Amino acid sequence: MRQYPIDYGLVLSAVLFAIGMAGVFVRRNVIFVLLCIEIMLNAAGLAFVLGGARWGQADGQVMFIFILAMAAAEVSVGLALIMRMFHRFKSLDTNEIARMKG
Amino acid sequence: MELLWLVPALPLLGFALLTLARRLVRGVAALIGVGSIGLSMLVTLWIAYSFLVSPPQSGAASDTVWSWIALGDFRVSVAFYLDSFSLVMILVITIVGFFIHLYSAGYMEGDDGFARFFAYMNLFTASMLILVLADNLLLLLVGWEGVGLCSYLLIGFWYRDPANARAAVKAFVVTRTGDAAMLVGFLLLFTSLGTLNIQDLLSKAVSQWPSGSGIAIAAAALILAGALGKSAQLPLQTWLPDAMAGPTPVSALIHAATMVTAGVYLVARTHAIFALAPPVQLAVGIIGVATLLIAGFSAITQRDIKRVLAYSTMSQIGYMFLALGVGAWGAALFHFVTHAFFKSLLFLAAGSVILAMHHEQDLLKMGGLWKRAPVAFWTFLVGALAMAAVPPLISGFSSKDWILSWVWSSPAGGPVLYVLALLGVLLTATYTARLVTLAFFGRERDVPEHVHPGGALIAVPLIVLAVPALFLGLIQTPRSLGGVNLFASFVQGVLPEPGAEGPPSTELLLMAVSTLVALAGLVLGWALGVSQARAHLARREAEPAGSPLHRFLLSGWGFDWLYDRAIVGPYRWLARINQSDVADWIARGFAALSRLLNRLLSLAQTGRLRWYATALGIGAVAIVAMVVFL
Repeated sequence: MRQYPIDYGLVLSAVLFAIGMAGVFVRRNVIFVLLCIEIMLNAAGLAFVLGGARWGQADGQVMFIFILAMAAAEVSVGLALIMRMFHRFKSLDTNEIARMKG
Repeated sequence: MELLWLVPALPLLGFALLTLARRLVRGVAALIGVGSIGLSMLVTLWIAYSFLVSPPQSGAASDTVWSWIALGDFRVSVAFYLDSFSLVMILVITIVGFFIHLYSAGYMEGDDGFARFFAYMNLFTASMLILVLADNLLLLLVGWEGVGLCSYLLIGFWYRDPANARAAVKAFVVTRTGDAAMLVGFLLLFTSLGTLNIQDLLSKAVSQWPSGSGIAIAAAALILAGALGKSAQLPLQTWLPDAMAGPTPVSALIHAATMVTAGVYLVARTHAIFALAPPVQLAVGIIGVATLLIAGFSAITQRDIKRVLAYSTMSQIGYMFLALGVGAWGAALFHFVTHAFFKSLLFLAAGSVILAMHHEQDLLKMGGLWKRAPVAFWTFLVGALAMAAVPPLISGFSSKDWILSWVWSSPAGGPVLYVLALLGVLLTATYTARLVTLAFFGRERDVPEHVHPGGALIAVPLIVLAVPALFLGLIQTPRSLGGVNLFASFVQGVLPEPGAEGPPSTELLLMAVSTLVALAGLVLGWALGVSQARAHLARREAEPAGSPLHRFLLSGWGFDWLYDRAIVGPYRWLARINQSDVADWIARGFAALSRLLNRLLSLAQTGRLRWYATALGIGAVAIVAMVVFL
């Protein structure tokens, strides 16, 4: 099995994270925002796994399991909130719920 | 004299119990409030007994309770000093105070602030006792401020009426004006003589200061200012008539018998300094006689029964100051004693009348009360005759006659002061007779159907206080009327009286003149009362406008008007234009800055989720960048 330098993987992780973050910044549909957050979580998980592989430690994988569990919880809560939001505002646009203006 | 500290401590304990224990049953509150003063009175009587049986070697006893302040050479202790002078003071305070407390238990029945009332009254009595027993100026100041505070609290006792609160503030601020000067005087004494102990201070002053020296005059004048404020003398007298807003027992205890005479006490206690400052002593006499006349004229015109008594208090204290001014220290003290008894009797009887009239205080609406409220009538009559100085057995006669003969014979007095004081006798008799005539005689004008002049708790103190008001004069009579000299010889050691009395024939003549003047005043006052009652009945509703002179006298010679224009108005104006000064700019600058920041930051609160996320992201990137690159 060919060994790639770890830098490649880290660059991929950073690119994925940047894509996710840009999505959070620009998307107005709240479902897509949730998806983008998932992408960011997975990018972070990838970085952990890479680190674990690089130093031959199990910690990276352990952290990734944690992230998976957390992501599952987050999605379930997030989807529930989105359901409530849709019931209430009949819309999934985040700009529609900008009522807490200073 | 080991028990001396108990005398002020017992009322103080009563105050503490009444304040700390919440929601006391009325009976318990009255028991604590009246009982503490009662015990204090018993202790005082015991002390008086042992003082008379075995007088201390030097004529005075001192009781140091504890050392209060010890800073290097500066030592102040809580110490009480008992000589015949302060013994007379504490006897009067506790005896009169006890009966007024007893009366209050009946008078204040059904008031919401029953326990609060007794707490304040006990605190007042404790402060007053500290004031007269203090052996140094600092402790005296504690008592002095304590009575001022209680006076404020009790004038504003029914604080829900803004007028009462205003009267309380006025009393406090006006007396405070004098107190400030007095404090400066005390500091002057301390810095120049190096001690706060009153006895050391007086002996040092006598040995170090020549008579008529500038510093003695300054010290005496500053102390006098404090005394004038407390004793409601010209020009700081305006607060006393308004102080009648408090409950009637308060007027009797604080604004007639005890607190207002604190000024007399102070001047008499420091009389050695006043003797070193002849101009100030002359001023004391002139102020006394001026207040006597101004208040006397005002008293004739008042319609409110308590205001008549308030002005009469001012005028009687004017007599005491006159006596101090001519060096008759003992006579001033004796007039204080008799005044304390007959004036508290008058106030308490007036309180009974006010109860009977369902809290109506207008004299013109009374009339014919002598058979409706007989106890109040007879006791009031005793007090009134004592105040009008009608011989022979009435206490006010002896003390006033003593003062008058001194004014005549003393080198500091003279015929001018004597004639003015005699005019005061006429005025006193006139307003007293008018008051009695309007309230108790003639036809009933607006007397309610059912009168309740109060039960036994009201009647007993009245009857008991009437006894000394009648017979106290017997312990000190003029030479031609037996020449009993018990009082003067008792206080001789502390308040010396150089024998400067004229021949007995002169004395008899002076006495006859003042008696005739008093009788003339009585007739005049009776005529005045009858005619005013008749005019009121004829006019019925229409308010008498009165002549300008009448209105001038009714308003107390326009002093309130003058002070409003000359002091209160400019002060308010100054406060208004001074509202935005430099200190305010800084404070307001901070306020404006934070308002600006608030506007800027609230712009960031768009409520848009994406903006918040972006800000979070940028912030995180910035922090990472800082960690990495810096």
